[in-house]
Parts: sequence; structure tokens; C-alpha cells
Amino acid sequence: MVSYFIRRLLIMPITLFGMTILIFLMLQLLGPEARSALYVRDIPKNAEVMRGIIIKYGLNDPIYIQYWHWLMGRNDPDTGKTIGGILRGDFGFSRSASRPVAELLALRFPATVELTLYAIIPIIIIGIWMGVTAAVHQNEWIDQVARVFSIVGYSFPVFVFGILVLMIFYAQLDLFPAGRISDWVMMTNYTQYTHLITIDALLNLRFDIFFDALRHLVLPVTTLAYTSWAAFLRITRSSMLETLRQEYVTTARAKGVPEKDVVNKHARPNALIPVVTYSGLTVAALLGGVVITETIFNFQGMGSAAAEAAARYDVVTVLAFTLVAGVIIIIANLVVDILYAFLDPRVRLG
Amino acid sequence: MSVASQSTPVLPETAGMEPDIELRKIGRMERLLGPEFYRIFRGVFTNPLSIIGTSLILFFVLVAIFAAQIIPPSSPTNPYMIPRDGFGTAPLPPGTAWLRQAPPLPFWWKPLTGTDKWFHILGTTSGQWDIFYGLVWGTRTAIFVGVLIVGLTLLIGIIIGAIASFYGGWVDEILMRFTEIFMAFPFIMAALTLSAILTPIMGKGIWPPTIALIVFGWMYYARLIRGDILSIRERDFVTAARVVGASDGRILVRHIIPNAIYPTLVLASMDIGTYVISFAALSFLGIGTEVGYADWGQLISFARNWIPVLSQYWWIVIYPAIVLILFVLGWNLVGDALRDIMDPKLRGQIRR
Repeated sequence: MVSYFIRRLLIMPITLFGMTILIFLMLQLLGPEARSALYVRDIPKNAEVMRGIIIKYGLNDPIYIQYWHWLMGRNDPDTGKTIGGILRGDFGFSRSASRPVAELLALRFPATVELTLYAIIPIIIIGIWMGVTAAVHQNEWIDQVARVFSIVGYSFPVFVFGILVLMIFYAQLDLFPAGRISDWVMMTNYTQYTHLITIDALLNLRFDIFFDALRHLVLPVTTLAYTSWAAFLRITRSSMLETLRQEYVTTARAKGVPEKDVVNKHARPNALIPVVTYSGLTVAALLGGVVITETIFNFQGMGSAAAEAAARYDVVTVLAFTLVAGVIIIIANLVVDILYAFLDPRVRLG
Repeated sequence: MSVASQSTPVLPETAGMEPDIELRKIGRMERLLGPEFYRIFRGVFTNPLSIIGTSLILFFVLVAIFAAQIIPPSSPTNPYMIPRDGFGTAPLPPGTAWLRQAPPLPFWWKPLTGTDKWFHILGTTSGQWDIFYGLVWGTRTAIFVGVLIVGLTLLIGIIIGAIASFYGGWVDEILMRFTEIFMAFPFIMAALTLSAILTPIMGKGIWPPTIALIVFGWMYYARLIRGDILSIRERDFVTAARVVGASDGRILVRHIIPNAIYPTLVLASMDIGTYVISFAALSFLGIGTEVGYADWGQLISFARNWIPVLSQYWWIVIYPAIVLILFVLGWNLVGDALRDIMDPKLRGQIRR
């Protein structure tokens, strides 16, 4: 297992390096004028000034020098300070949001974390439960329900689902609001420890805020979760079906193990190993899904910020967001792989 | 001994006799399609769900082919631009008379409706774009984009996956790391980013999102085909081809890929629907085709500003939604059946 970990950890920096290269190459598709957002806030109207900026910040330098500066930052000849450099956490300026990208990211990040966390919980719990149950009762009604769910889940585009849900529960029934939080909460003073509103509200013992935040979360969480949930359900089901056909399960049944134990103790743990691997992909799917979900529900998170920036061709911003999302996914995959190694005896003992 | 003593040769005599084992009858269809395709063909047309799926796909293909007969373009030079009935913002309900830029009457109009005046069959969306026109001509866009994206991602995926698995070693290592890098980004977000980069360069249209979806889509096929080739590479017929002296390229193209490609093709067939969704999602986010282009995602995006009053203006989202869902459902139902036919292990294959 040690060699597995070493290999796995060695791959990570290579992947990260490759990701920065890919993002940087996409950045290079832009002209130097658009790239100037890495260092200066506004596009100067005057062409002469623009030319000055391009020379000053070396936006036409050889590509490897630009890459190095993009990574590590460069000296600003005017102030003498170091500016830029994604490794320093400086992603340049978001012209669509008129503030530094890092600031926008810090502002929008907690909302997305909250949304995704609440989405993951039902995906995992209900997805696994339903998948296992559907497999155990193959071709019975619960399996048919699961099948319908997963086909609907695949065929319903997220944005259509989101709009329909809003149309029914917001416009028609007025059960759930849109946005991230009601206006009155914005005016309320309460200590923000984590910027995850539900958790902050609980820490402040403000249950009214907590329920308001929760009400705002219901629709976006459902919209974000259902596609991944359908996929999760399907994977769990087929993996469980395959495990139940294994000979050791037959052995367990033959020696008189109660069916409940056969399912829970013998089959399920092994059936869930591929499901764990899949959960890494679920994180990727969710981080992609927030772009659409947050936009529809006007939920002020990373995804809607990326969509707004993209619609205004503010590429420096979108690229930064994509890179951050990519890094999160890489970390999630690492966690999943380590978990996998612990769960799968073939790796653990190999 | 008695056989040896016979004067006539053995072979011609036995050739005329009935064999001991009963051979399965091979129909004309099976002979025509070959065993593999025949199995797929039979599976698709005996499963009720996949029959529904195939009919849906067929329906959409027919709509795409006969778009100009169903609703002739107002401006024949640019049929993909949805004709606008004025510039008012509030959507008009289904059945409202079409006053400006009405297209010429198609042959079926008079017999079916009894009038010779156009009206908006499915209403107009915000900005007075006719929904029916957008849906019919949008079918062409959807099928074109879906087939093109899947075709090209498949091609790239097969090339990379085949090279990686066939040569193995460090070639494989490098190509797989390369694949992982592309997979590390959330699909929609990466595609959105690349379209936002390409749109100012190439201008608005179907190309920026199409290219972006291809660039971030091929990896899934590459990984799948790589795995399948790895298991086929060691088979005897490959060794045989090598012994005969066939070149690497010939072994790969003539012997390995035809045997490894089926699971990937199945995944690809389902992905036409998925890519059409992704394309529509990018349009929905405001990246992609120019305003007024016949494209389902954009039709739905017109509803974005009307969400609080959607229950009043339901037609601007319901009709496009139904069409998009049926389209995707068609591909998914067929793909589902194909998956069961091809390979039970492929069940639950990873998709976005």
C-alpha cells in the first residue's frame, strides 16, 4: 500500500503542473490587451497607454517568461511591489465584477461550499440506500421506481429542471424563495465565523436565520443533486447486483447466514468500493453543476460568478475559477483514492 | 479399417451428409448485418423502451430533414434566424396572429387549420421570436451539433486511447496524465471558459461551444477504449498478425480497434443527447449562438427573466423543455438498451 500512496502522491504535482499549463495556454489564446487584466484593473481607452502597459508588464514576452510571472508574480515597476502570481493567490482583476478576482472568489466561495455540501449528503445517503434496495429487490416495484428516477435524471437537463422547479414552487405556489438569503438577514448583525449561513446562524443561535437559509437552499440543492443522484443510484445498483452474483455470497447463503446479514455484511461493503471511486467524479459533476444551478436560482456563489464573467467574456476571472475548481477536484480525487485504498483489501494488503 | 478399405475418398461422402449438431438458422438479415450488428439490431428492436427511443430519434431526424417543409423560412438566405414578430418584450400566447415577418404558408397549413393566415402555433417568447419555428429549425441545430461533437470527440478519443494502450509504457503514462489533466476540470465550467475565450475570436455562433465541448469531452472515450484495447492487445489473433509481419498501424486499425470499439460506440450513442444538453446549457448561460438563432437552449434562456411570472407565461419554457427532454430521452432509451445488449459489465458506466 505504501508504494500505492507514493505513486499517487507523486502524480499529483504533475497533474497540478499540467493544469496550470492548460489554463495558461487558454489564457494565451487571448490578446495581450485582454491579458492585461492580470495586472491592471481597467482597460485604458487610449491605445498608447495600452501599449505602455503591455510593455511594462511584459505581456508580449516569450511564453515561458510570461508563464513564470503568471505563476509567481512580477515586480511592478511603478510601485516596486510584487503583483500577480497565482501561487501568491493573486489572479488579477475581474473586470465584470470590478474587483480583484481573489476577492470575488473569497466572497462567492462559501455559498458554493454550502450548496455542494448539502447536495452531497442526500446524493450519498439516499443514492446508496436506494441503489442497494433496488438491487436486492431486483425487478420489484422499488427497482422500477429507481429505474424511472435514473432515466428521468439523465434526460432532464439541469436548467430545464431548475426553471420548472422555480415555476412551480416559487412562481406558482410561493413555497420557497429564490436567491441565497432574504433581505432582512442581510441587514441583521450576527457574527460570521464560517460564512456558511446555516452554520453561522446555528453558532449564533439564530434559528430564524437558519430556517431562512434552509428554505433558500431546498430548491437549488434539489436541482444540483438530482442528476448526480441518479447516476449514483445506478452505479450502486449495478455494483450491488454484480456482487450479489458472486460465489462468496452464495456460500454465505448456503451456510445459513440470514439474508439481512448477507446483504449488509457480506455484499454491501464490497459493492460500495466502486461507488467510492465514483464519488470523486460526483464532486466534479457538482462543481460543474453549480454554474447552471446558481445562475437559475440567483444564488450568489462561485458558479454564478463564473457564468456572469463568461457571458461578459471576462476570461481572466473564469479561468481563475476553473483552476480553483480543478484544484478542488484533484484534492477530492486524492481523498477518494486514499479511501479506496483503505476500503479495498486488494490494495490495502497488496 | 472398413473406412480405409473403401475405394472412394472419405471427404465428398461426408460433405453431403447431415451434420450431427443442429445448426442455428441464419436469416437474411443476420447474413446481411453480420453477427455482432445483428445482435445489436435485434436487441434494439425487441425491447419496448428502445423502440420508443428509436421512434423518438426517427421523429426528430424527420423533423430536421423536412424543416423547410414544416415551416418555410421567412428569409431563405438565413433560415436559422428565427423570424421576429415585432420587438415587444411580453411573450404572446399560442394562437396569436402572426403580423410581421410571417413565413410563407407551408402546404399543410390550409387543410389543417382552415385559414390562410399564420398564427404563432406555440406562441412567441420574450422578444417575439416564434417558438414553433425555433423548435423545428432548432432540431437541425441539435442533431448537427450532437452528431458532430460526438463524432469528433470519438475520433480524438479513439486515436489517443489506441496509441496509449497499444504502445503502453511511457507513451501510455504520458497520454494518460494528459487525459487526467483535461478531466480535472468540471466539464461544463471548462467548456464555458473555452467558449468565452473562443467567442470573441471566432464570433458568436455554434462553433465556439462546439469546439469547447469537443476539447473537454474526448477523455472519456480515450479512457474507455484504452481499457478495452489493453485486454485485446494480448489476444492470439494480434500475435498472429504480428507474426505475419503486419505493421503497427495495420494491426491497430484492422485488428484491434474493430474488436475493441463497441463499448465506446455505445457510450457515444448515449452521449449525443448529453452533448445536446451541454450545448443548450451553454446557450442558456448566454455563451454561444447569436441572439435569435434557432437553438433550443437559447429559446429556454429567453425565459430566464420571466421566472417570477412563468406560471402566466408557461409556454415560453414548457414547449422547448418538452422537445429537449424528448430528444435526450430518445437517445438515453436506445443507449440503455444498447448497453444491456453489448456488455453487462458496462452497466453503470460513468457519464457526466
